[in-house]
Amino acid sequence: MSTATLEKPTTATASDTILSLNNIEVIYDHVVLVLKGVSLTVPRAGIVAILGANGAGKTTTLKAISNLLKAERGEVTKGSIVFDGERVDRLSPNELVRRGCIQVMEGRHCFGHLSIEENLLTGAFTRRDGNAAIKRDLEKIYTLFPRLKQRRSSQAGYTSGGEQQMCAIGRAMMSKPKMILLDEPSMGLAPQIVEEIFEIVRRLNAEEGVSFLVAEQNTNMALRYATYGYIMETGRVVMDGEAKMLRENEDVKEFYLGVAEGNKKSFREVKSYKRRKRWLS
Amino acid sequence: MSDLATTRPAPNPLANPWIRAGLILAAAVAAILLGAQLDSSGTLYAVFIDPFQQMIQAPDLLVQTIWEGLVSGVLYALIALGFVLIFKASGVFNFAQGIMVVFAALTLVGLYEKGVPAFLAVIITLGVMFALAVTIERVVLRPLVNQPDIILFMATFGITYFLIGFGESLFGGNPKQMIAEQLFLPKGAIDLPILGGLVSLQKIDIAAAVIASLMIALLALFFQYTRIGRALRAVADSHKAALSVGISLNQIWVIVWFTAGIVALITGIMWGARSDVSFALEIVALKALPVLILGGFTSIPGAIVGGLIIGIGEKLGEFYWGPLVGGGIESWLAYFIALGFLLFRPQGLFGDKIIERI
Repeated sequence: MSTATLEKPTTATASDTILSLNNIEVIYDHVVLVLKGVSLTVPRAGIVAILGANGAGKTTTLKAISNLLKAERGEVTKGSIVFDGERVDRLSPNELVRRGCIQVMEGRHCFGHLSIEENLLTGAFTRRDGNAAIKRDLEKIYTLFPRLKQRRSSQAGYTSGGEQQMCAIGRAMMSKPKMILLDEPSMGLAPQIVEEIFEIVRRLNAEEGVSFLVAEQNTNMALRYATYGYIMETGRVVMDGEAKMLRENEDVKEFYLGVAEGNKKSFREVKSYKRRKRWLS
Repeated sequence: MSDLATTRPAPNPLANPWIRAGLILAAAVAAILLGAQLDSSGTLYAVFIDPFQQMIQAPDLLVQTIWEGLVSGVLYALIALGFVLIFKASGVFNFAQGIMVVFAALTLVGLYEKGVPAFLAVIITLGVMFALAVTIERVVLRPLVNQPDIILFMATFGITYFLIGFGESLFGGNPKQMIAEQLFLPKGAIDLPILGGLVSLQKIDIAAAVIASLMIALLALFFQYTRIGRALRAVADSHKAALSVGISLNQIWVIVWFTAGIVALITGIMWGARSDVSFALEIVALKALPVLILGGFTSIPGAIVGGLIIGIGEKLGEFYWGPLVGGGIESWLAYFIALGFLLFRPQGLFGDKIIERI
């Protein structure tokens, strides 16, 4: 699917939307209000980015969708999450993976004591379509990630960060997902590896039709590969738009891309509070 | 990798626990020689020379002692295995493992006494252990998920006392006879002429060793090669990552507790056939503690080797060194060995090396 045909997700009809969050609120430990009404949509076979600084609520948003929140004593208290035409906010992670929505967590979280191949195979835990199909998909993952094939029998804990990230994405792919929630794939990786990872994301999206919702701090990289972006600040979406539009937006340039307009300005000269007001109104 | 290794500074030889242990051993040998030189009736002689002379003079007795140690070692290993399974998968140190052994054996014998045929009773007992696993997961583990480890540990104390009370009210507190014959477990002994003497092997002991080894081998295969086994190892590695790939922790916990229940039943049958089935059996489970310290809490081979070392060590200690202090070594020697290990190798012989990337 070419990216040019994608419409702005908010105007898309229901069947073109794979995921929509409607005004969700998340509370940790019954007291800490982290998400204060977040709404977003992801089109089928689209790549959407959530951008923002530390603590903006990107990870919480992803975990609210995959329902890994419960394991951290978080809870969606308001709003609704619809995945593939079905309310999913009460489902367990296991049930969500069965329905085709899987999260790749921040910091990779491979099973350190299992080999790379065993890691990939655990991704197929929820599948019921037999060993032959799983074998076939394993080979497919190996053609996508030749590096993993080389290291298939080494313990995942001893592989490099880039290999672990590939392993984590490959493991998620083994569940035959319709959508992958990718949390901070660039964390701790060399720029070249980050580029490689995002190329793989683009390839999976184009060839396998997998939708991606990517939370990233590396705004520049994310906006190059995503078609649509949401910018979050302290638990709210403060801005959203087509990736191209966001890339050219002055505020985004200044706050997230580190490019100042016109002549160079020092950081002190930027009166951010004024700009912030402009955003939030 | 290799360039990293070469740039590292040479480690202080004394920092290596093995070298330290070696030095201590060398010192001990020197002391033995010195003791032999000094006198042939003093304490050093009695501790370091006499037992070994006895071993050489009567090798058949040595074989007999080692065999007995081996059998109890295998059974310790089985109990320790139950601990390791649950510890790895749910991070819970299951204090109730010992009482699960008693409860399983009591259920089996109790059902038989009520007139259920022996093998049907085994199957029903397995069903009861499964129900127990489901109940524990629903009532104890699920509500306590994400609580500190110590709370889960205390909860297993609760399970222990519940099972003691429940078992006693159902089956009474009197010791019972294990239905060994009805389960076609052999009786009697074989006398083998070995090294100029007779070594008598109880057939039930042979059966226990064989069945326990089979059980351990089956579990190892199950863990290594099946989908569920792989998921169990994944959960042991990282709960969060396991959740994220769609492994259902609740399901895994039931499977693990049920597996521990099966292990408990087999241990109960074997141990019960050697003595009898009573709540005193629970104490045996405490022997699993030094086994775990020796082998490492997270290692199945560790549980097996640790069990054998403790089993054989305490029998040898009791037989050859026990008389020096008036006997009764067997009850504490295991803890003493474990203490030595804690000093030199706290993660145990086979404990997980922690893989950490920076």
